[in-house]
Amino acid sequence: MLVDFYNHLKSAKLPVSITEYLALMEALSAGVAEYSIDNFYYLARVILVKDEKHLDRFDKVFGDYFNGRSSAFEEILGDVPEEWLRKQLELMLSEEEKQQVESLGGWDELMDTLRKRLEEQEKRHQGGNKWIGTGGRSPFGAYGYNPEGVRIGQKTNRNNRAVKVWDKRSFENLDDDVQLGTRNLKVALRKLRKFAREGARQELDLDDTIRSTARNAGWLDIKMVSERHNAVKVLIFFDVGGSMYPYVKTCEELFSAAQTEFKQLEYFYFHNFLYDFVWKNNRRRHDEITQTYELLRTYKPDYKVIFVGDASMSPYEVMIPGGSVEYWNEEAGHVWANRLLEHFPQAIWLNPVPEASWPYTQSINIVKEIMADRMFPLTVKGIEQGIEALKGKKLN
Amino acid sequence: MDSTNHSRFSSTNNYVATDDLMIAVNAAISLGRPLLIKGEPGTGKTQLAEEVAASLQANLIQWHIKSTTRAQQGLYEYDAVARLRDSQLGDDRVKDIANYIVPGKLWESFVSDARPVLLIDEIDKADIEFPNDLLLELDKMEFHVYETQKQIKAKHRPIIIITSNNEKELPDAFLRRCFFHYIQFPDKKVMEQIVDVHFPNLKKDLLESALSVFFDLRDAPGLKKKPSTSELLDWIKLLVTEDIPVDVLAADNPRSAIPPMHGALLKNEQDVHLFEKLVFLNRRNAR
Repeated sequence: MLVDFYNHLKSAKLPVSITEYLALMEALSAGVAEYSIDNFYYLARVILVKDEKHLDRFDKVFGDYFNGRSSAFEEILGDVPEEWLRKQLELMLSEEEKQQVESLGGWDELMDTLRKRLEEQEKRHQGGNKWIGTGGRSPFGAYGYNPEGVRIGQKTNRNNRAVKVWDKRSFENLDDDVQLGTRNLKVALRKLRKFAREGARQELDLDDTIRSTARNAGWLDIKMVSERHNAVKVLIFFDVGGSMYPYVKTCEELFSAAQTEFKQLEYFYFHNFLYDFVWKNNRRRHDEITQTYELLRTYKPDYKVIFVGDASMSPYEVMIPGGSVEYWNEEAGHVWANRLLEHFPQAIWLNPVPEASWPYTQSINIVKEIMADRMFPLTVKGIEQGIEALKGKKLN
Repeated sequence: MDSTNHSRFSSTNNYVATDDLMIAVNAAISLGRPLLIKGEPGTGKTQLAEEVAASLQANLIQWHIKSTTRAQQGLYEYDAVARLRDSQLGDDRVKDIANYIVPGKLWESFVSDARPVLLIDEIDKADIEFPNDLLLELDKMEFHVYETQKQIKAKHRPIIIITSNNEKELPDAFLRRCFFHYIQFPDKKVMEQIVDVHFPNLKKDLLESALSVFFDLRDAPGLKKKPSTSELLDWIKLLVTEDIPVDVLAADNPRSAIPPMHGALLKNEQDVHLFEKLVFLNRRNAR
């Protein structure tokens, strides 16, 4: 039964493996989440999800699976031990209510009916007064009013129930849908590594130690150097214009790869071309903007800049003031592009459009010219060439 | 190992644990897996380890990770320089290499007599390879000391709590071995409980207006650093010690352009400017 749930997670592209599934089983049998679907949800989430960007997807699958389908959770409980149910009931019921139970024919009768109903019932049920479900007047199911009600899968009282926490989708914002399999991109980006010795002196410099110990007439003279680490700084600009939709996946892969590879990575978004501002959060692109001048002030020229965009637009958007499709730009796009390139001499443009069709789009040619030919296709090979260009001599 | 029986974590006198957090910690405790905690800065990730230790009455061992920390340092270090120095001075200790093996935090937690809580704080600060170097150690809870040919095995699987601020992505193989919990920013109700735990005698109306100022502030678009729980607590502390009257916090008070003592909530001058602007616009629109 849970195998099915697991398969649902798999098909929703959540990276779950057998290890996690077994861990969940182990935790269930250890009694970590005691007979409540909320606790089960929390437990499943803690074990099966490994990154907050997957939380939203997990919530969706969980919701679809356990809300829409058959009374699935009842199935998980399988045989709720009768002893346990009885104890719970005894705790919950007042004397008067216990009398009423007798009116239904006593405990055994009640349990018997419950078992029968469980068998009869096929769909999840809410309201009404026969079936097991939530919110009804049937003797069975959670949140009911019937004094004979048997609570299944509900431990806390209904006022502070955390019901359908997963339906709230509170993690929606975190899902950036980064695809797996970015390894070859990472390997390509790795070439940009620039090792430098910076910071605290932590490592023994063997050569220097021997040299100075010898000079010191055999008395030990320790020499230390600082460790080598990747000191390259990268600034990436992503085009998020409408024409970029077909390339979203490739861009995400690039972004995910770059994020793991570079310690000092900053990224911004733009639409079609660069003007006097960019933004960091695409949902808030109109309130949270960053002035291009601020970029020039904040980041030193030793940052390497990568533009990612299809550069396919009307030539006016690059060449003419007011050409932007979004607002009235006082200065033409090419002025801003040159201003950026002047400040950051090491820059490339990665274009997801297949290289063969570049010559047929006028604006690609213009942008390529502005970039002094440093435009490369967004493929592993193109990135490698681009990295070479970034390492090579400066633009101006 | 009787430690598994009475080990259940729940809210303590000075820490409010939500249901999902409790489940997460208890799952990690009973299955003996490391628990990876993420969440906005200031939501009590590091404090969680302290509270788990307090609530289980276990010893807390803290390993704070820096950009230069290497995995080996958590296991042990061989102090070759000390040995070299001793050999030059003709010290007798020099004959036994074990004298120069300095145990790290992980070793310390493995040989602990009672089941300890080990905090690996801010694992994302370390090098990309750091988590990969700890895979086997966290899985099997044992490691080999090459110099003395000794195998160090955990007497009791320590309760390991790892925090991360997301500065780097962690490798999949590492994540597989951990349970993961993301501490959500508390909503108003939980926040009331949290403040109540820290300031039990706070006046109801002051709490009410302080929280509404706080959540309004968090909703303001474009803030570079949103204030978090710990900042809220600092701020309330200031309000209490300075004895700020409630009506100063009220939204319709013309004198309060921005909340008093805002320095505790907003940490850079751009944010303060931005917030002043927003308040001004709101006022004007309200008219």
